[in-house]
Amino acid sequence: MNIIVPIKQVPDLVEELEIDSSGKDLDREWLKFKVNEYDDHALEEALLLKEEFGGTVTAIALDGNDIDKALYAAAAKGADKVVKVTGLDAHVSNHQAARALANVIQGMGADLVFTGVQSVEDRDGQLGVLLAHYLNMPHISVVTGVTVAGSNVVVKKEYSGGIYAEFEAATPIVLGIQAARETPRYVPVAKVRRAMSSTEMEEVSAGDVSVSAGSSVSRMFKPVSGGKAEMLSGSAEDVAGKLVEIIKSKS
Amino acid sequence: MANNIFVIAEHLNGKVEDITYEMLGKAKELAASAGGEAVAVLLGSGAKGLAGDFAAGKVLYVDSPQLAEFNPEAYCKTIASLVNSHAPKAVLVGNTSQGMDIAAGLSIDCGLPLIAYASDLSAGNVTSQLYGGKMNVESAVEGDRFIASVLAGAFPTDAGKGSGAAVEDVPAPDLSGLKIKFKQLHEPEGGDVDITASDVLVSVGRGIQNEENLEIVQEFADKLGAALSCSRPIVDNKWLPKTRQVGKSGLKVKPKVYIAIGISGAPEHIEGMKDAECIIAINTDANAPIFDFAHYGTTEDLFDVVPAMTGKL
Ligand SMILES: Cc1cc2nc3c(=O)[nH]c(=O)nc-3n(C[C@H](O)[C@H](O)[C@H](O)COP(=O)(O)OP(=O)(O)OC[C@H]3O[C@@H](n4cnc5c(N)ncnc54)[C@H](O)[C@@H]3O)c2cc1C
Repeated sequence: MNIIVPIKQVPDLVEELEIDSSGKDLDREWLKFKVNEYDDHALEEALLLKEEFGGTVTAIALDGNDIDKALYAAAAKGADKVVKVTGLDAHVSNHQAARALANVIQGMGADLVFTGVQSVEDRDGQLGVLLAHYLNMPHISVVTGVTVAGSNVVVKKEYSGGIYAEFEAATPIVLGIQAARETPRYVPVAKVRRAMSSTEMEEVSAGDVSVSAGSSVSRMFKPVSGGKAEMLSGSAEDVAGKLVEIIKSKS
Repeated sequence: MANNIFVIAEHLNGKVEDITYEMLGKAKELAASAGGEAVAVLLGSGAKGLAGDFAAGKVLYVDSPQLAEFNPEAYCKTIASLVNSHAPKAVLVGNTSQGMDIAAGLSIDCGLPLIAYASDLSAGNVTSQLYGGKMNVESAVEGDRFIASVLAGAFPTDAGKGSGAAVEDVPAPDLSGLKIKFKQLHEPEGGDVDITASDVLVSVGRGIQNEENLEIVQEFADKLGAALSCSRPIVDNKWLPKTRQVGKSGLKVKPKVYIAIGISGAPEHIEGMKDAECIIAINTDANAPIFDFAHYGTTEDLFDVVPAMTGKL
């Protein structure tokens, strides 16, 4: 199977998020980025399939937000090819990102396209399903396992409460991966460095992306905490004492 | 029809999901101000009866053996053809496992703007919860028609329940040659512990760092006589079984006391525990969204507070 995995860098939520002077976007100057965690799962599931059934894995990403590092890390983990899509603003809507990726993926002869099921920035919809419709491919989201059966794939889609559905689908298809079968593999920095010198990154132009999300941000704001939580102060010992009292009185 | 608000009804295993009623209640409100009505869209096979308690102006029902179970391809095709022929003002879809396979496809197939993760909406203005619940974003829609994918639990279910409505049968579009075939539904295996039955839950998240550290929270839970539950990453790492997961794709819990330890409070987690009577959060990040839902909180390090609590039991 020829598997394409679009990946993306997103703001690391461990850092404090600030709003910029327009009041409509994050202050991106000091933002730290990391690979969307579900993209990591998508790449892992693709690599597992390749190891089991053969084929190739290509990681692809739009330029910007420190993406080279992420693409080389994908190569270090086992991606056969890495592709960078250039010519777009770093910060486009998912509709435009999906259109650009579709333009490039269209000619790649994909059997499977694995995206992360969602990211923390999907204001105008999850990327995978948008991409599938631009590519005219069917899609299944919230996937927690894929196996190959002849020229078809058998896919697990998760619902709530531990219930999941099993589908059999013809390829090509786009799958929005929620969780790979295994914890995404870790790759040491030294190996990423080696991949940087041994991997040839292909650069492709985004092409015509004249589509629109059909909406724009009018305001960004931090959720007004209803001031609900009563915050306990003092030493860890004091706080522990107070919490134990509260737990005992409420249970 | 142009002022109507569509609600895509969701059902699984012969049961209507709460999100349907939550959206219907909101749709009635939107429809009233637009001068239209709330229209529920129900797809299934022999499933018409499910609409019996919908508080809608009308129900459009599409029956086909291909729609008996949720199928992303068949549902997308059917709903897109309905939206294109009826041109409603807005379409509300759950930001759920099923809805995630519908909303973005509709946006492209019907050429309508989509706003995802909607936690609130009024005509042409939708609020989304982004960045794991750390930021809210208001979007203005171009034109006056849109699709919103609505977070579960954003609106109450009551307003969406009623005595049913006139059901109009709509023929299914051509669903031959589908590339996706539904095979079967798997029920979860019974777990060792039923976290929905426990009065007190000690719930652990990624802040615990590694599997060995779980001992710290397990010991606290044991001393307290509480069950140990967790957020999703703990299950994805295979540190605890799926039956311990609280949230959107896990279980809904409603204990007397819920103690969230090293859990940030992403919307998908909140969905499963926000109805607990007393919520306590231990998280070193003062901006963690969990504090917006907790009754008591502390930003002390869990590795200090939890052993100290254990020591006091
Ligand atoms: C379709 C879908 C369904 C999902 N379903 C679920 C679900 O059912 N349940 C669920 O939980 N998630 C679910 N998720 C995942 C969800 O989006 C979040 O990724 C997840 O809830 C985050 O888990 P967490 O809070 O444990 O981790 P993080 O968000 O990484 O938070 C860890 C927290 O620990 C704190 N911390 C770190 N160190 C310490 C310390 N020493 N002391 C105290 N605090 C510390 C940090 O400040 C941080 O806030 C779902 C996602 C998708 C896409």
